Amino acid sequence: MSYHIVVCGSIVPDPLQTLEPVAGPGGPALKNEMMLPAVLDPWAAHALYEAANLAKAAPGSRVWLVSVGPKAKLQQVMMHVAQKVPFELVVMDGPAGGFVEAADTAAALAQAVEGIAGLEKDRLLLFGGWSSASRGTGATMQILGELLGVTEQFQGVDELRPADDGSFEVKERIEGGGYLRSRCAGAPAVLGWATGNLPEPPNNPQVGMQNMRLIMPALQKARPAAVGAAGVAYKAVELPGARRQTRIVKDAPVDDIAREIVEWIKG
Amino acid sequence: METLRTLPGDDVRQIMWRYADRFDIQMAVQSARSIARSVVARLVADGARNTHEWTARKAELLKAFDESGLTAIYMDPAEGGFIEGPKNLALALVAMELAWVDGGAATSALASCLGLAPIHEKGTAEQRAHYLPLCTPPQPGEERTCRRAAFALTEPLPYVGVDTGILGGKMRVERWDEGAEPLLKIEKRGRFITNMDFADIVTAAVESDDPRIKGSCMVILEKDDPGTFDRGAPTLKMVHQLSSTRDPVMSLTVPASRIIGGYDVVDGVIVPRFGHGEIIASVFHRTRIPVGLMTSAKLLSAIEPVIRYHRQRFRGGAVGEPGSRRHELGLQMNEDALQRLVDVWATGEAGCSLGLAAARLADRFDPVEREKDRLFAEQGIKGRKQLAALKDSQERALEYVRLKHADGQGDPARLAELEADTLVRFVYMDALAGVLNPATKLWNTGVGATVMREAVSLVGGYGITEDCPGFLCHKWMDSQLEATYEGPEAVQRRHLSLTMTNPVFLEALRQWSAGLRRSGAEGATALAGALDMWLWTLDFLQKGADSEGRKLYHGKRQGVSFPLADALGWLLAARFLFEDVVELAAQAPGSPVLAEAAPGLAAFYADLACVQAARAAGEAARICAELVYGYGCADVAGGACDDAFASLRQGVDKALSGARLAKDRAAEALTGVMIPEALDYPL
Repeated sequence: MSYHIVVCGSIVPDPLQTLEPVAGPGGPALKNEMMLPAVLDPWAAHALYEAANLAKAAPGSRVWLVSVGPKAKLQQVMMHVAQKVPFELVVMDGPAGGFVEAADTAAALAQAVEGIAGLEKDRLLLFGGWSSASRGTGATMQILGELLGVTEQFQGVDELRPADDGSFEVKERIEGGGYLRSRCAGAPAVLGWATGNLPEPPNNPQVGMQNMRLIMPALQKARPAAVGAAGVAYKAVELPGARRQTRIVKDAPVDDIAREIVEWIKG
Repeated sequence: METLRTLPGDDVRQIMWRYADRFDIQMAVQSARSIARSVVARLVADGARNTHEWTARKAELLKAFDESGLTAIYMDPAEGGFIEGPKNLALALVAMELAWVDGGAATSALASCLGLAPIHEKGTAEQRAHYLPLCTPPQPGEERTCRRAAFALTEPLPYVGVDTGILGGKMRVERWDEGAEPLLKIEKRGRFITNMDFADIVTAAVESDDPRIKGSCMVILEKDDPGTFDRGAPTLKMVHQLSSTRDPVMSLTVPASRIIGGYDVVDGVIVPRFGHGEIIASVFHRTRIPVGLMTSAKLLSAIEPVIRYHRQRFRGGAVGEPGSRRHELGLQMNEDALQRLVDVWATGEAGCSLGLAAARLADRFDPVEREKDRLFAEQGIKGRKQLAALKDSQERALEYVRLKHADGQGDPARLAELEADTLVRFVYMDALAGVLNPATKLWNTGVGATVMREAVSLVGGYGITEDCPGFLCHKWMDSQLEATYEGPEAVQRRHLSLTMTNPVFLEALRQWSAGLRRSGAEGATALAGALDMWLWTLDFLQKGADSEGRKLYHGKRQGVSFPLADALGWLLAARFLFEDVVELAAQAPGSPVLAEAAPGLAAFYADLACVQAARAAGEAARICAELVYGYGCADVAGGACDDAFASLRQGVDKALSGARLAKDRAAEALTGVMIPEALDYPL
């Protein structure tokens, strides 16, 4: 069984950067957001690596990365991401910050997915992050699935095991640190990935050069995406407060430290 | 007023350093960065530098280089690489990324390229086809190991009566059967040979110790060749411990086909097609550039950790609540801390501008040089006749330089005609490369090492501890080796003393000076004045004699020529920074990422360029004045020369007007610039 895997994901500011919310002309924004270095959303990145791994194991499969984001920033990020695994890029040019409505993004993604030439829906696996490092509504992939009529949906996925008959088993994260194992009869399906099980692949410029032959034209052909937060009023935007409780204890045994942490967690 | 918003990222660098349209290079940069800030940084943080031995942990570097394409970066796609065409700029940027964290790791990456460079530059087609693919990591499905190369020129053992002109390697004919390939006995002792812990292939410089072989050459040695391949003792170096360095001893028998570039048999004598000097000149012509840039990258890498340290210096203490000036700015409340960091930043930028201009020139020069070689071969022009042919092109090259800088006022048809003339372009580029390459190696590392000390001192006692973010102390010490290897400072000064008098280069310098004056940028007039003063001083020294009648500018008189070379380094670095700042100001507004911040970026960099121009002009003026007046030359004892020089110097001094205000502005910008929450590599 081969798959047509569409990974949905875009960029977020590098998590090490100072993220300072400010009021922009179009609503809330991050200070100097365009200038800040960006990375592929880590949740989407896990989905991409899983997709490539699955495609490698299922000959004849294809992987697309569909992104709604500012194409100039996306291009920079692709110089890194394109070296990781083989994929084709589809771009919708628009904002990708944390203040864009999930429904807008899902609609733009749906439009982009519908436009992919040669995509076979009966082999379609829609991959993405179950959440996003920029906002984390956890809603985009669900809405996207609904818009595309893909109703088999799994969220917080850490593992997908395909069987020979086209069915596959999915391991989803559930409350309390547990897992739910499900069997799905086959594609199409939506899988919102958690971290998966794969390490970040090393950069491979040979793969990068192959990908870039398709990525650069895709960036040039990017259509504008009508996404934003129209009709939404943000009352306040702030970073989570940092809490620091430091106690310096010299030569504390590891067991004592662990015990204290457990007690603290238990409250 | 608009000023710098964030630390410059890739978008800024790609414009300034002219690789915005090269995604192959951008990917190489990303690859190198991801390794530098993970594998390399962890090795340094875990104390892997604390041994001279090459350990299993250090060997993780090689695996990382292989996996990420850096091992193959030197190769053409047909040989397993991924970058088409010349790779000087790519190698330079990769070296910078690695040196941003650790210079030894950068050296380790470069050393394999250096080991193969003689084969790449001058090897026969068979040698290239055999050895270059062997040294690329296996592709999926291939079952072989990646071979590693080392470059063994020599550093003769000290105190045994040899100087650096004597090669530490000999070759003799061991066996030469009628009609068969001669077998050579190679005796080679190396010192400070990088990669020797794991090298499978050594390209070694040797000279004939046998009347049946003429001159010197470089040969390819393999670890399994019959004889002794002793890797020798590890070099007990205090720096760059993430590169393997040993003093090997080799006594091997190899076929004569291992002579790099091949050989001819003339009257029963083996005549190598390339002497070792020709090969080394061709190799070092390019490989010295990345070394210079490594030191400059360290200076830039120091900016973020120093700013963070300064801002957070007093946080957590009893005095200074969040929101207070003391809490927010910390040591940045003090002008000195800010201004000294501006000096570090400006020096780093200027070094990068100079070195990367040299690297880009090397990329353009490579095909021109090959075309020139092809033309001469086609016409049967060899040896001294080549020099004569090039000399004939010099006048046209001078005309080319003038037209090229005529700002649209010249004859475009004539310019195009000269541009199409391979020999003209060769003479022009050769003149520039002959200066820019050693200037990068000399100025970036020598001045860079001194300024790196300033960066360390900006972090106080913390700076000389292993805990200091950014490994600043390691970087300071490492820069001393960068100033030394691939030709120490004296070698670069000597090189410059010969090449900086090239009329084509001097004409380019005049044109650059005129261009700076036309630009009207703050500090540009001071720099232009200093360039004019340097040119005047050179002319004066070339014509003049000291109070005892001895010629001033002379090969043996290093007290004259070497300081003048030092002064030139300052001026060139500042000049190329101006060029990059002009490019940034022109391109940033058109970038969707930078457009909003472009005015602030341009203003900050203009201030930085002005700061560097003022410093460079001051250094050059001091050196020139010492040389002009210091030898008691009769011509300057109140005569016309005295007036001319004094007038030039006064012009430079007066043109410094406003330079300290630029420094004030740049320093103020450092108090507001956004930096990341934490360094992106471990401590």
